[in-house]
Amino acid sequence: MLAMDYRGPRRVRAAQKPMPEIKHPQDAIVRVTRACICGSDLHLYNGNVPDTRVGTTFGHEFTGIVEEVGPEVTKVKVGDHVLVPFNVACGECHFCKQGMFGNCHESNTQASAVGGIFGYSHTAGGYNGGQAEYARVPYANVGPTVIPAGMDPDDAVLLTDVVPTGYQAAEMAGIQPGDTVVVFGAGPIGIMAARCAWLFGAGRVIVIDQVDYRLEFARNYAKCEAYNFNEMADPVVFIKKTTDFMGADVCIDAVGAEASGNAMQTITGRKLLLQAGSATAIHWAVNSVKKGGVVSIVGVYGPTDNLVPIGNVLNKGLTIRANQTSVKRLLPRLIEHVQNGIINPKALITHRIPLEEVADGYRIFSDKLDSCIKTVLISPSAKI
Amino acid sequence: MENTAKDPGLLPGWGIDADPKNDPTYPMRHRMNVGQDPDSKHRPTLQLVDEEVLKSIERQNVSAVFGTPLPPHGLSGAIRRWAFKYSESVYPHWLPLLLADRVDMVEGVLADLVHGHVPNIFAERGAKMDWKYNRSGFIAKLATVSLLTAGAIVLLSSKDEKKPSKKHRRCQA
Repeated sequence: MLAMDYRGPRRVRAAQKPMPEIKHPQDAIVRVTRACICGSDLHLYNGNVPDTRVGTTFGHEFTGIVEEVGPEVTKVKVGDHVLVPFNVACGECHFCKQGMFGNCHESNTQASAVGGIFGYSHTAGGYNGGQAEYARVPYANVGPTVIPAGMDPDDAVLLTDVVPTGYQAAEMAGIQPGDTVVVFGAGPIGIMAARCAWLFGAGRVIVIDQVDYRLEFARNYAKCEAYNFNEMADPVVFIKKTTDFMGADVCIDAVGAEASGNAMQTITGRKLLLQAGSATAIHWAVNSVKKGGVVSIVGVYGPTDNLVPIGNVLNKGLTIRANQTSVKRLLPRLIEHVQNGIINPKALITHRIPLEEVADGYRIFSDKLDSCIKTVLISPSAKI
Repeated sequence: MENTAKDPGLLPGWGIDADPKNDPTYPMRHRMNVGQDPDSKHRPTLQLVDEEVLKSIERQNVSAVFGTPLPPHGLSGAIRRWAFKYSESVYPHWLPLLLADRVDMVEGVLADLVHGHVPNIFAERGAKMDWKYNRSGFIAKLATVSLLTAGAIVLLSSKDEKKPSKKHRRCQA
């Protein structure tokens, strides 16, 4: 089968690989119909995530048609068109039982801090991802969810990560009616977090980024204010001024390790890998939020250390909330929102690229070429 | 003094101000007492371990399922095995893994060549997209790299010219 094949930092190609096999009684094999490139795939693509082995297939956002199931699979059957949450979750462990499907304890042998994630290095379990014609989906009774009749597959594929992660960013922020919410990052997650902030009653939503076309997209899609930090002397002072020098009630980091905007963070975090990525967005969030406010982190960082102003977290009495998204827990509500037209996920998709041209897709998405917001890879076997 | 388990309920004032509603963790955490939960020992069916899987020393066991591709191999594999002697909280775990990734990349190129495949790095980097959508930036990058390379060559060759040869030094002496 054809699959994305990682060869080293900023080098990927489409290559022939062996078909995935049932390795566990709760496994399913799906024929992939849609697979996205996620902003967090860029951390892998740039070689920043330890134990990303050459030959790995990335892709944790995908949909597919069930082709084969193991003997213990009862919740999906051959022929079902399913969306696959990015978490590999058993549904039975201490954490899954609490709805923390992003923190499953039975899906990752290589690390204790993170549960299994499709196509996200051996640090996240060593699973191949969905940027392929076929994928192995463990715990098929838990994760894969049948796409409701009538739902566009383009909407469904964004329910595997982008929509739930944006939603959980707003949910973890504990937004109260009238709150001012600042979202750092105008990528797909940041845009979705800004959109979802309104669902929790925000009174004002501000997005900060440096890419003008994305800021314009955020204004139109999320009906929010959007500002370019390159046009302000200091984004923290800008936010203080625009909130009567109080600070925002809530700040959301929707950037993660690839952040720009601070030379020291960029050099030590992204270029020299002395930190687990550049922590500029967290830095700005901590310093921009009001005393007693909430910082919600969904941007992904590596497993080592980051330079963050922890003293200000203490001095300001902040609450920091962060987690990998519990996609399974949020899906019922979000499917409702999509079906009712409250959230329109597929509007984020700007590029549809054949799997054979995966290297071009990564370059376009990584370097923000051709006004790219979200890229979907279409496998030659998709047939939908 | 010996460390022994204590019943905290016997401590004066234990739990008198507890307020289960005041819990900032998310999702709201059900604090399951593992010892009292009849299901706490239950695990899903275990995947057969039929190839080498590196295990974090912070874990008791191999997880019930795990990814199967790409077991450690070669020099990169040796480095990875060494890294897994250390916990996730120390650099000797993570930095060797990053090093192993780079070694793996070189091993990947060698494996390609052994199999008669010369990697098309230009295509693998999607460079034609840069040419298509960011031509001025592409040319600027190319020019910068060319200038730096030319500068380095000039610098190195001029140093070579200034440096007297051993023979010349002997003559001067």
